[in-house]
Amino acid sequence: MQNIDSNTHLRGESIYLDDINVQHGTLYAACFDSAIAHGKILSLDVSGALQMHGVVHVFTHEDIVGQNQIGGIVPDEPLLADGHVHFCGMPIALVVAETDEAARAAVKKIKVEIEPLEVITDPRVAFAKGDLIVPPRKFNMGDVDGAWSTCEHIFEGVVDTNGQEHLYIETQGAYTVPAENGSIKVYSSTQGPTAVQRAVSKVTGLPMHQIEVDVTRLGGGFGGKEDQANTWAALCAMATQKLKRPVKYSLHRMEDMRMTGKRHPYSTDFKIGLDKDLNMIAYEASFYQNAGAAADLSPAILERTLFHCTNSYYVPNVRATAYSCRTHLPPNTAFRGFGGPQGMFVMEAAITKAAEALNVDASVIQQRNLLVTNDELPYGQKVVSEANECWNKADELYNIEQVKKQVTDFNATNKQYKKGVALMPICFGISFTNTMMNNARSLVHVYSDGSVVVSTGAVEMGQGVNTKILQVAAKTFSIDPAKVKVNSTNTYRIANTSPSAASATADLNGKATLIACNAILERLKQVASNELTISVDRIELKDEFVFVDAQKTETTWLQVIAWAFMKRVSLSEHAHYATPEIHYDKTKEKGHPFAYHVYGTAIITTTVDCLRGTYEIDSVKVVHDFGSSMNKAIDLGQIEGGIVQGIGWMTLEEIIYDKEGKLRSNALSTYKVPDIYSVPKEITIEFLDTDKDNLAIFKSKAVGEPPLMYGIGAYFALHNAIKAFNPNAKLAFDAPMTAEKLLMGLYSK
Amino acid sequence: MIRFILNQKIIETAKPAGMLLLDFIRYHEHLTGTKIGCREGDCGACTVLVGEMVSGELRYRSATSCLTPIGNANGKHIVTVEGINFQDELNPVQQAMKEESATQCGFCTPGFVMSLAGFCLNGKEPTYENAIASIDGNICRCTGYKSIERAAAKVAAIMQQRIEEEPTVFVSKQKILPEYFTGIKEKLIELLNQESRIRQHLTPVRFVGGGTDLYVQKHEEMVYAAVDLLIQKNELNGIFQEGTKCTIGSAVTVTDLAESTIMQKHFPDLKKYIKLVSSTPIRNIATIAGNFVNASPIGDFTIFFLALDAQLVLSDGTNKREIALRQFYKGYKQLDKQPMEFIEQISFELPTTKTRFNFEKVCKRTHLDIASVNTAINLNIVDGIIMDAGVSAGGVGPVPTYLQKASAFLKGKTISEALVQETIEVAQTEVSPISDARGTEAYKRLLLGQLIKAHFTKLFPELKVEQLLAQ
Repeated sequence: MQNIDSNTHLRGESIYLDDINVQHGTLYAACFDSAIAHGKILSLDVSGALQMHGVVHVFTHEDIVGQNQIGGIVPDEPLLADGHVHFCGMPIALVVAETDEAARAAVKKIKVEIEPLEVITDPRVAFAKGDLIVPPRKFNMGDVDGAWSTCEHIFEGVVDTNGQEHLYIETQGAYTVPAENGSIKVYSSTQGPTAVQRAVSKVTGLPMHQIEVDVTRLGGGFGGKEDQANTWAALCAMATQKLKRPVKYSLHRMEDMRMTGKRHPYSTDFKIGLDKDLNMIAYEASFYQNAGAAADLSPAILERTLFHCTNSYYVPNVRATAYSCRTHLPPNTAFRGFGGPQGMFVMEAAITKAAEALNVDASVIQQRNLLVTNDELPYGQKVVSEANECWNKADELYNIEQVKKQVTDFNATNKQYKKGVALMPICFGISFTNTMMNNARSLVHVYSDGSVVVSTGAVEMGQGVNTKILQVAAKTFSIDPAKVKVNSTNTYRIANTSPSAASATADLNGKATLIACNAILERLKQVASNELTISVDRIELKDEFVFVDAQKTETTWLQVIAWAFMKRVSLSEHAHYATPEIHYDKTKEKGHPFAYHVYGTAIITTTVDCLRGTYEIDSVKVVHDFGSSMNKAIDLGQIEGGIVQGIGWMTLEEIIYDKEGKLRSNALSTYKVPDIYSVPKEITIEFLDTDKDNLAIFKSKAVGEPPLMYGIGAYFALHNAIKAFNPNAKLAFDAPMTAEKLLMGLYSK
Repeated sequence: MIRFILNQKIIETAKPAGMLLLDFIRYHEHLTGTKIGCREGDCGACTVLVGEMVSGELRYRSATSCLTPIGNANGKHIVTVEGINFQDELNPVQQAMKEESATQCGFCTPGFVMSLAGFCLNGKEPTYENAIASIDGNICRCTGYKSIERAAAKVAAIMQQRIEEEPTVFVSKQKILPEYFTGIKEKLIELLNQESRIRQHLTPVRFVGGGTDLYVQKHEEMVYAAVDLLIQKNELNGIFQEGTKCTIGSAVTVTDLAESTIMQKHFPDLKKYIKLVSSTPIRNIATIAGNFVNASPIGDFTIFFLALDAQLVLSDGTNKREIALRQFYKGYKQLDKQPMEFIEQISFELPTTKTRFNFEKVCKRTHLDIASVNTAINLNIVDGIIMDAGVSAGGVGPVPTYLQKASAFLKGKTISEALVQETIEVAQTEVSPISDARGTEAYKRLLLGQLIKAHFTKLFPELKVEQLLAQ
């Protein structure tokens, strides 16, 4: 089944935030943001803006009725600067005017005097100064200190990974409309409608029940709209509250890029120890996370870095410490993988370093140490592993040795071009690591005409979650999918939702929908049983008919609905699902935080032009653990898209802040995401189909984030190609591998 | 009054000619299928088709509406996604995208659909490569493009059924696009016959070519600027050859240049060079003269024509003067040009059998990106001796640079591996790259050397690559 939004998408009829028909009297907002990364505001003069034609009001922190605070995990982020600025792009004032044009023109008339203070952009500098967002986290397993002496080989190193701009093609934005009695309706391009509701509530001082947040869909999210959609909604709501008029703010791309946070850059020290048979014995890592100027989701992201620090491998002795360091960059935030990729990259770098020193292929170390079922991860969870199954199937299908031989043969005969190959196994835990967030609700109505509408907390952002939810309802009721509609995500219908994140949206909201549909179905069967005077255990509803003893009858779905309606039986259900089995004790850093893990193996091959320092990704061949995919078209799309986004992070996409904390890669002309010519020439994805019981919806494992991490293999494939050209190349582990780093690496001495 | 056809509707508007087509479409005509992704021509979400009468034929090309002033739509047919929808069912382009699950969040999707529709209309050979080329200006952040590639292959297969028919006739008959397309030609002719005049401003005037740089840099200011739209002037169009001299009008776009038989004949690798320069919708609107006047130190065609020693004719409407492109740049973004002067014409000597020409460019992303370093070389060789040389490079100084010393050094020499190395050393003495978002100084210096090597390995395959790589 194709994405249910396909037709409207392709016809340009899907409605995104900026497409909503604005009400009469709508005003337009624009931000005045700081050009200084850190400083004390000496004076702020908005009079020039107020005099501009069409300007209705200029808001500063003094206009805020509730709290000037939008921090989620830690209350450390003012909505509008008050006294100090903490990053370039921090909102200082909001102009509201009759037109978008007037608002933007007026922003230029605002004057601010800021006394600059020291700007820190490097997390290690922040760490040295003791400026941490939250206390450090430490995972321990075995006896690391004791284990080193038993290691035959020990290697240490430093690893850096840069950030990544989400570059959802639809920029951030919000549209707020006043309702009766001071209530506000908020249209937001957000992955977290409840987060928006809470932020608006805090800033306006209104109780949550007066704030309706409605989300039809997003033009991409990737984590960037999990927490950071709050700002624009809160700003517009603040203006609507005072002016009692609708207020819209749809960000321009450069505003979005400079004002919002990105994937966290990390700098990490590692130490790895292996025995003579290349078994990993001990691993130690210290992660310095560049959190930016406020907590945002950084503490949760920090946690997931630790959860994934050993990737898909078993290491008996592990000590991993993570520091969330406060710098003067825009608060960094969720991005597909949520800190996991940063942790996994370090492990792969450590393996590569060991392999090169020992003169073995990295894949030998990788394969030898893959997780097997019942292996324990550093946080105490014992795994049900598919790591070897994926690796072995990849070998069977693609012949790893032959791929390597082809590369070696090519390199032996080519001077200007060199190939590199790398394997990338992955293991990714599914569930919010914050156990309390693993719950969802679904509201299902069956109308008297037999049509069905489903509302959940899931936000559709291209990942196809609404299609999967529709499938759950259609399959459970056994009706034509055309009879089912999935409604917009709305905080008046579904309350207290977790954001659409952690790859768990389809699982959580799908399961809640399953429960709701089953409850209605049971009632319908009972109604049919009563009307037909046949015991309920003999009745089934299938293909829109009543079946008795597996035999189709004349009684239709519609008839049963009509009976239920006349007998005053509820055709609606609001169901709640909370993931069972999971638990975690932060004081011990042990538990069972994940419902299950997703596995896979990718083989990535690249070709480097050693003259120009350019490259192509030849192929990415994958065996991926889907469980039993409930929608192969959508799941394949997630894998392909994830791989390319991961490769982008590892190669083209380079965030550049200067020493003053100003974003230099501040537009699509300076920040390059993959285009159609830069993607792998071949992507092959094979399904590891397993029928094992798991906690996924219909056993169809979560697919959103895991494939991004296959992209890490592209970095190491390029690394290996450089080494083939220049065996003495001095290569740091410093992602992304841009064309510049590639050329400098090729000719390093 | 600006008059054009928007889908099936005749538009007559008194809006300023500098207003962006994108804003007009979305906020005045309320056609919201055309999306805003970047407002700088780098994402393609706002792609529309522009149909215009050229030598009696109706020709369609794609364009980013975010960089197109409505004045440049005058007398043309503008097509948005709403204009290619059938009443109920999907058209075959949309159907192919659907079957291949080539839409996820959907925000970039109308742009891709329009670019592929442009491929169906532009009459180009219906190869897979051309179908992909049509979407080279569209960025998708969700799919990883593989599903879009599969859909494009299907669209190419559909178009392979067209034999002789005019594209507009074929696509209407085959129900690829709505039937009204067959009547557009007539309507456009009618529109062009009507007295139509864009309000001409008195001084001061901003000359606009394609607008692809001006609207990125001065977006807000341009809307109400007193614009003089050079592309609207027929007399500035055309590429002509007189003997060995080629003349290019200042309204000539990059696509015009790419499709010119004169250029194709004299630059056999032209297609490869063009593929390195921006994207299809941008090339469709950006002009060569605009690239010169923009004065970007890394302007691709500036570098190209610096090596060829192009000559410019500047005009202020009454007086004309000639100046060499190599003399045009006085400092960063400073030109030897008065505010009231515009480039009327570009001319250069076409390559002969004795000429070897090459263009190289490396950037972060190979396509649809701005160069870290680009360079062109033009050598005249008689009996193995370089009689004349022109080497240029971008990204290595405040202006697009003619490497005078390196060029002079090459004169009189014979080709060898050692000569390449010596040329690089000379070139390094006359460049002053700075560290910026496109690379550090050290990288740009190394890259310049590598690209000079690339020129020679490409033009003289007899040179030992191994030796050059080791130097």
